[in-house]
Amino acid sequence: MERIFEQIPRFFSGPNLTLLLESAGLTLAMTMAGCLIGFGLAFVLVYVRQTPGKWAMPLRWICILYVEVFRRIPFIVVVYLVLFFIQAVTPDASLFTIAVIAICLYAVAYTADIIRGGLESVPQTQVEAAQAMNLSRLQTNLRIVLPQAWPVIVPPAIAFAVSFIKDTALVSQVGVFELTFRGKELNNQGYSGILVFGTIAFCYFLLSFPLSMLGQYLEKRLGTPRGQRRTRKLWSP
Amino acid sequence: MAHLAVSDVRASYGALEVLKGISFSIEKGEIAALVGPSGSGKSTVLRALMGLTPITGGEVDIAGETMNYSSAREVRAARDRMAIVFQQYNLFQNMTVMQNLTLAPLKIKNWDKAEVASEARRLLSLVGLADKADAFSDQLSGGQQQRVALARALALKPQILLLDEVTSALDPELVNEVLDAIRKLADEGMTMVIVSHEMAFVREVADKVAFMDAGQIVETGTPAELFDAPKTDRARDFFSKILRH
Ligand SMILES: Nc1ncnc2c1ncn2[C@@H]1O[C@H](COP(=O)(O)OP(=O)(O)OP(=O)(O)O)[C@@H](O)[C@H]1O
Ligand SMILES: [Mg+2]
Repeated sequence: MERIFEQIPRFFSGPNLTLLLESAGLTLAMTMAGCLIGFGLAFVLVYVRQTPGKWAMPLRWICILYVEVFRRIPFIVVVYLVLFFIQAVTPDASLFTIAVIAICLYAVAYTADIIRGGLESVPQTQVEAAQAMNLSRLQTNLRIVLPQAWPVIVPPAIAFAVSFIKDTALVSQVGVFELTFRGKELNNQGYSGILVFGTIAFCYFLLSFPLSMLGQYLEKRLGTPRGQRRTRKLWSP
Repeated sequence: MAHLAVSDVRASYGALEVLKGISFSIEKGEIAALVGPSGSGKSTVLRALMGLTPITGGEVDIAGETMNYSSAREVRAARDRMAIVFQQYNLFQNMTVMQNLTLAPLKIKNWDKAEVASEARRLLSLVGLADKADAFSDQLSGGQQQRVALARALALKPQILLLDEVTSALDPELVNEVLDAIRKLADEGMTMVIVSHEMAFVREVADKVAFMDAGQIVETGTPAELFDAPKTDRARDFFSKILRH
């Protein structure tokens, strides 16, 4: 214990703090980039999956298979697969890129079901009204269904991203300088494990807590019916 | 030549055949009414015409052209000529009244923006809702939503208008207003198929009435013929119950 107190001034020195800040930024950047791109691609996947008609059968199957397969593989296995695959194709790809791709592939599979559930929560009668006016499937989705599906999609999607911030610790296994990797490094330099990983734990909390709050705020805001949301705005001074 | 001719049309929800060979025809500018007990398939007739419930047999002719409802292109052509007011209104929940009215005219019909806007305002005042242009549908009463749905359908300038229970949620004074509007539209040459439970309304506006039961048209005629002297037992039974008061 005494050793910990002794180490505190040295541990929270400029270089170490910079290192921690950098790796915290990296963790956040990886997660956000991976999840955002993944989220966008998940929309494409869901859209393709909902393509009607016989000819689209193989397409639909590929989409279903993708989701089912990736949801059943541990994330770390995806990371290694991406690592070796990318390195075989382009040996000089950065580890950051590899991590983002792995997160992205994983996020697609998990958010696709969230998105599908959201789109399916919009009453079919809304779709029919759009069809009766000759809106195309894409127009119907973009203009009618998606705007109404946001309240259902956004909260679980943010919850997924928040929980993924901590799961990205796994990419330290392949040598990305994210938080957990730095922790191990500092620990190896002789700093107390309790001190190091206590600080790291706090960093993870600082990264994900504001996002959770944002999620809760959006959930409340999106959950309010449109009319009431407007009315409240009119009342406020 | 009939403007809308439906012959022996069949339609199913999955395995359940809901329309078992429906035939009727309407001339341009005429108003035909579909009446009958709940669940008899009145809404399904309108939905089938809009290509929302699959047609499994029979023929639909619009302005002398036979429409093949298994072709996406011809369904689009049919929808381009018709507009429907749904029994449940189905206003777009994420849009204002104005946006509901102008979406398809702007994005699908590609009409001039200023004209679409002024036409939308004209239609809103026609249905007595000029002040609700910026409201969302969850801020409107049922009757108001229904009138918006009517204005939205009219904004598409359809040749044929399909109205499902369009007066059911209206105040008596508004029924007259909407009735006047509908009659005026018919005078201007719009062809209409209306579904209604209100026989007084049907008697007022309809040129002909078809009485439906269990997915079939049992009897057709003018309102007077059908209401006052029904020929079939089923029609007599239905009208004696519904017209007694
Ligand atoms: N989406 C659906 N799926 C399965 N069956 C349906 C569906 N919609 C309607 N039906 C069935 O089709 C039949 C005809 O329904 P429809 O809505 O056309 O009746 P309706 O004459 O309009 O009745 P109402 O006067 O109550 O509006 C009913 O037996 C109904 O149960
Ligand atoms: Mg009905």
